[in-house]
Amino acid sequence: MHQLIDSLFMKEFSNSILSQRKDSAILKLGDEKIAFTTDTYVVDPIFFPGGDIGSLAVNGTINDISVCGAKPIFISLGLVIEEGLPKAVLDRVIKSVGAASRAAGVKVVTGDTKVVERGSADKIFINTSGIGKVSYENLSVGKIKPGDVVLVSGPIGDHAISVLSVREGIAFRAKVKSDSAPLNGLIFQALKVSKNIAFMRDPTRGGLATTLNEITKLSGFGIALEEKEIPVREGVREACELLGLDPLYLACEGRVVIIVSKNDAAKVLSAVRKSREGRAARIIGTVTKEHKGRVYLNTLAGSSRVLDMLSGEQLPRIC
Amino acid sequence: MRYVDEFRNRKLIDKIARLIREKMAGRAEYKIMEVCGTHTMAIARWGLRQILPDNVKLISGPGCPVCVTPKKYIDKAVALSRMPEVTIATFGDMLRVPGSYSSLDKERSAGASVKLVYSTDDALDIARKYPRRQVVFLGIGFETTAPTVAASILEAKKEGLKNYSVLCGHKTMPEALKKLVVDNRTRIDGFLLPGHVSAIIGSLPYEFLAEEYSKSCVVGGFEPVDILESIFMLISQKKPKVEIEYSRITHPSGNSTARRVMERVFVKADSVWRGIGKVRSSGLRIRKDFSDFDADIRFSPNIRPVREDARCICGDVLKGVKVPPQCALFGRSCTPEHPVGACMVSSEGTCAAYYKYGV
Repeated sequence: MHQLIDSLFMKEFSNSILSQRKDSAILKLGDEKIAFTTDTYVVDPIFFPGGDIGSLAVNGTINDISVCGAKPIFISLGLVIEEGLPKAVLDRVIKSVGAASRAAGVKVVTGDTKVVERGSADKIFINTSGIGKVSYENLSVGKIKPGDVVLVSGPIGDHAISVLSVREGIAFRAKVKSDSAPLNGLIFQALKVSKNIAFMRDPTRGGLATTLNEITKLSGFGIALEEKEIPVREGVREACELLGLDPLYLACEGRVVIIVSKNDAAKVLSAVRKSREGRAARIIGTVTKEHKGRVYLNTLAGSSRVLDMLSGEQLPRIC
Repeated sequence: MRYVDEFRNRKLIDKIARLIREKMAGRAEYKIMEVCGTHTMAIARWGLRQILPDNVKLISGPGCPVCVTPKKYIDKAVALSRMPEVTIATFGDMLRVPGSYSSLDKERSAGASVKLVYSTDDALDIARKYPRRQVVFLGIGFETTAPTVAASILEAKKEGLKNYSVLCGHKTMPEALKKLVVDNRTRIDGFLLPGHVSAIIGSLPYEFLAEEYSKSCVVGGFEPVDILESIFMLISQKKPKVEIEYSRITHPSGNSTARRVMERVFVKADSVWRGIGKVRSSGLRIRKDFSDFDADIRFSPNIRPVREDARCICGDVLKGVKVPPQCALFGRSCTPEHPVGACMVSSEGTCAAYYKYGV
């Protein structure tokens, strides 16, 4: 995917806003700064423990706006519906979109619906775009400096395992619910207590490891992670052991990685922990001058190794 | 998590590592081959090479089933996937393995019906659900996966499923190790043997390695404490023998029920190992009584001559003669995103481990 973005999209659309590679584009309109983003949701199954494609589509876009220091205000809703989708299913999804947008305080202000013949889409695909008002302008990878602290707002991998457990029909002892949630409240609380937050990103596709790798590649510094500090739920660990997956590469839909100065770390941690989504937040690592552009993991065994980007799908092993 | 956390205990890890360092102080180099891909991955994931003294060398062996599967097998699977009535059911690792001309992943993108499954039960379910499709399960792996594949054939026969078959590429471990020992290029002092294979076959089939070839052997588990304890047991042996570290799962005689199921459906046969070549009696073939369930016989897939990339050194890597960075392709034209050799594709492949963990 990263390769595709570089070789095709970046080349064709090359401009100074896109090349910043932020989760939202930051646009200057008159005196206002606006964050603008879009995302398409094709999750299968469309209902899973802890969420569904409707709430996911709202939360995902809200989070992409929020991590850029902007307050999400309006979203659009584009639907591609497979012919024959039961009305009751559509009702349930749309009600979920409504509830999620109300919960996050955003309005759905425009939309589009297309119905395609059976087999041309799988049940329902949703695109949401969103705009928000930038209220905190200082967030950028350029602000990251050695000695900064890496914080994650909660246990990782819940979303991926929740979806996988339904898709594969695997029942785990501890049922894992998706972490899908709007993070605008949590992020706003964090930004309120500290002016020294350098950067934020939500670890969705490719999980924590991939997000941290993106950050080190863009900032040019390294990151040293402490494996024992990384929060992973028991149910996620069990599922990962069983399926041969690494939780560090599993997608989250309601978590954020925050890079903050060492001095403000405790303050930000306690602010994040006050919000419902951030109760289990942890400091998991530090930005280093060494290991330029790479992420290192200090393992539970007392050794240290490279934590690379995810390449291809994370496939289950066979023995 | 019980039975996992105890074997990741930092204090215990430090203690065994110290005992290994003490035991190896002033001794000549001791070369250990970790035979199995699961061990290779665990060693890399836990960074165990850093913890071991310099005079203990770990060499990766031929125990990644995807890696040792010859190209001809992939070519057959690709040919089967092109048959309009066939649905391929496979474990995920096989998807991106390049054959001579294509891979299952490419065929799937081009419209072939290829389903990822977690077990043979899933494959049987597909066959039951779609009676007009011919479901072909790709049976690869060692004694760890072979019993369940055998059981799926017995079940299909019992149910009278006419649309389920297996493309059999199963291999057995002891014979390949014999070939490695006879091939003197890999000077190995001791073998770290895979615990899950021995959960089925026990430790007895490896006795010849100690008796005839004076190689120390320990059947080990896959957590860091297991691996370090196995290494300690290896370097502590006064006279070469076969010991079991993974005693919570493995017994010397293995699992006789699983073996009976395997023996009912499969019979020993010569088998081609990628990089090693043909090894006598090192594979499994579906017995004639079950030939209805043998995809090779049911469909006779037509394939073109096998094409190998001469620059790929997967063979030497699998034998432990070379390490991945010695390959001209490694990390350049061969990466996990665009693999040339099988060792880079499989999550348990040596090249993938070196690439991912920067070993």
